[in-house]
Amino acid sequence: MSGLSPLSLVYVVLSYAGAAVFFGGLLHKLWGYAVTPNPLSIPVTPHPATMGGVVARNLINITLFADLFKGNRWTWAGGYAFHVILIAVFARHLRLFIHPVSPLLAQIQPVALLGAMLLPLPLIYLLIRRKAVDRYAWISSPADYFVLLLLLLIALSGLGLRFVNHADITGIKHFLLGLVMFSPVDMPPHPAFIIHFTLALMLAAYFPFSKLMHAGGVFFSPTRTMVDDPRERRHINPWAAK
Amino acid sequence: MAKADFEIPDIENGVSVPAIKPGAMAHVKYHAASEAHLSKLGFPAKRVDNWKEVALAKMNELMGKYKSLKLFLDVCVKCGACADKCHYFLGTGDPNNMPVARQELMRKVYRKNFTLGGKLFGGLARAEDLTEEVLREWMTYFHQCSQCRRCSVFCPFGIDTAEISMAAREIMDSIGVGQKYTLEIIAKVHDTGNNLGIPKDALIGTLEFLEEDVKEATGVDVKFPLDQKGAEVMLIVPSADFFSSPHVDSLVGYAKVFHAAGISYTFSSHASEFANFGMFIGSYDNTKKIATRIADAGRELGVKRIVVGECGHAYRVAYSFWNTLAGPFDYLDKNHAVPTHICEFTEELIRRNALRLDKSANDEFTVTYHDSCNVARASRMGTEPGGQFEIPRNILKAVCNKYVEMDPEANREKTFCCGGGGGLLSDELLEVRVKGAAPKAAALKEVMDNQGVNTMAMICAICKAQFTKVLPYYDIPMEAVAGVHQLVGNAIQLGGK
Ligand code: SF4
Ligand code: SF4
Repeated sequence: MSGLSPLSLVYVVLSYAGAAVFFGGLLHKLWGYAVTPNPLSIPVTPHPATMGGVVARNLINITLFADLFKGNRWTWAGGYAFHVILIAVFARHLRLFIHPVSPLLAQIQPVALLGAMLLPLPLIYLLIRRKAVDRYAWISSPADYFVLLLLLLIALSGLGLRFVNHADITGIKHFLLGLVMFSPVDMPPHPAFIIHFTLALMLAAYFPFSKLMHAGGVFFSPTRTMVDDPRERRHINPWAAK
Repeated sequence: MAKADFEIPDIENGVSVPAIKPGAMAHVKYHAASEAHLSKLGFPAKRVDNWKEVALAKMNELMGKYKSLKLFLDVCVKCGACADKCHYFLGTGDPNNMPVARQELMRKVYRKNFTLGGKLFGGLARAEDLTEEVLREWMTYFHQCSQCRRCSVFCPFGIDTAEISMAAREIMDSIGVGQKYTLEIIAKVHDTGNNLGIPKDALIGTLEFLEEDVKEATGVDVKFPLDQKGAEVMLIVPSADFFSSPHVDSLVGYAKVFHAAGISYTFSSHASEFANFGMFIGSYDNTKKIATRIADAGRELGVKRIVVGECGHAYRVAYSFWNTLAGPFDYLDKNHAVPTHICEFTEELIRRNALRLDKSANDEFTVTYHDSCNVARASRMGTEPGGQFEIPRNILKAVCNKYVEMDPEANREKTFCCGGGGGLLSDELLEVRVKGAAPKAAALKEVMDNQGVNTMAMICAICKAQFTKVLPYYDIPMEAVAGVHQLVGNAIQLGGK
């Protein structure tokens, strides 16, 4: 580590701190959800009476946002577009963290880039949505705008990095791989990258303490994940069990 | 039209999503519980001095005990999909009646006291302490939630506001702040075995009267047995079925079904109540105590089956919670579901052709069916998901010639609550009840105007009491309200085969 520039040193420390907060916080939260008991059987019915059925229902809900679709088509459209684009963004970034890049991952890069370029659109739509409808404006708090704006800034700085202030992508990959391999190397002192990377670290550190935990929480929701079979199988309450 | 000193929603062209009217329902207050009832149910008799600390400690305890609460406080993304789904919001426009906003009343206290962001950024994070003002909001708006779970159907994470309002009521009770209506009723059921406080003598008198009445009308000796040891079935009904109208007509219907099927049954004087208001106040202990009383009564009477009558939330408790709270029911016959809903029981007889039915007996009625929220979204009938929708409808189609469906957007899994569930069926909350009934009244009105419907059948004692009271505010006669087994009772042909 001794050979690092002062800037790199700061960012290496920040990166590990950010990752620690992200993974530590995430695991802490998920652990909390996992171990807290369901004293009573509370699926919202009609609901499958078998585990297989429950898994299928949740798969559909998590991949298609089926319940949200029922709830509001406009919100669904914006939310779904945003999350699908996130997959493209993920594919776009994954190549920077692994070496060698698998042929498949390399092949999909052009499509992923195209997808990632669209990211600002659903974010802007979701921002406007919060302001445009009186109900949504009433329930929206600074935190709700903060996440959307943060994501928008990350998206814009990322696109700037690609199209305006072109960064040295090999240097960035070196730096990121160094972090992943725990043998840090210098960070390219590229302003657009520094901004993009700083914002991403903020998002990671913010994640476990925010509503972004819905991404993990959705797998634990008792009204969706419990099997509707209370008459057939006695559900034992862990804190009142005899 | 019944007179009111508040504005009645216009339902002529259906109910559309209103513009928000902050504070529109802030003036509605419930009557406070008496010290005697609070302490009888295991709560402090009056508000404790250090109520904030006690409340927060209780909240912390509940988050450790209920995955629903812990998770739901965290993961709401405030997408607003639930915002326009609550009948109380649709009927009042009060933004605190949007399910997500109702949850926020607890979430802001959660943030302030249990999250880093809330502690660091306070108001900016919409974090707030449990102040006198916030407690007032809790008392108001957690009693404008009938725990109907409609909001949960549309939430991408299945967040169920009912879980939050139950927890809120449990927290309030634990500091000595309680609602008279629910607590008084729970105290009565603990004392007398039923919500109305009917003593055994009165119950005997009523059942004898009913026997005579049915004999007079049909010439047949239909029995209404009480405490008959060794009967095949113990029948548990909401106590309103013994005394209220139109409830009692369904009671007669059940009795006729048992008579026609030739299956012996009995009521219990020890457990003469199916309703379980313990759930409404989120009290595990009280819910369990009421459920256990019923399980004990069945064991004592030596019955082989338990069949339950027409009551929505009570069926939720029975279907979803009994086995956990008061099980295992190993003294009962394993070949039958525990409990069996009276609709399951009757429908099976109909399918076996074991009942002689004359549909034309109901020809004066054009019937529609109202799905009660707790039956629709918190239980099942039969073996297939959704049986709770089909089985009562199968019965109605078997006993009536004229049957019409309401708009499925306001029925089945998306059914609108009657507006009186969840412990709101109390006079001082009438304004909330009338306005909350608007979406369902609109759906009913539509089929009345366009398809000649004059009767809405249902299987919930609270729905029946609520609708007979509030429908007149919408120019719908209370006679439109009927029990499913009331219509069954009309159609059943007794006597010689
Ligand atoms: S639908 Fe669910 S996630 Fe969306 S605002 Fe309502 S409770 Fe929150
Ligand atoms: S549970 Fe029913 S009454 Fe309560 S907030 Fe949800 S929709 Fe409204």
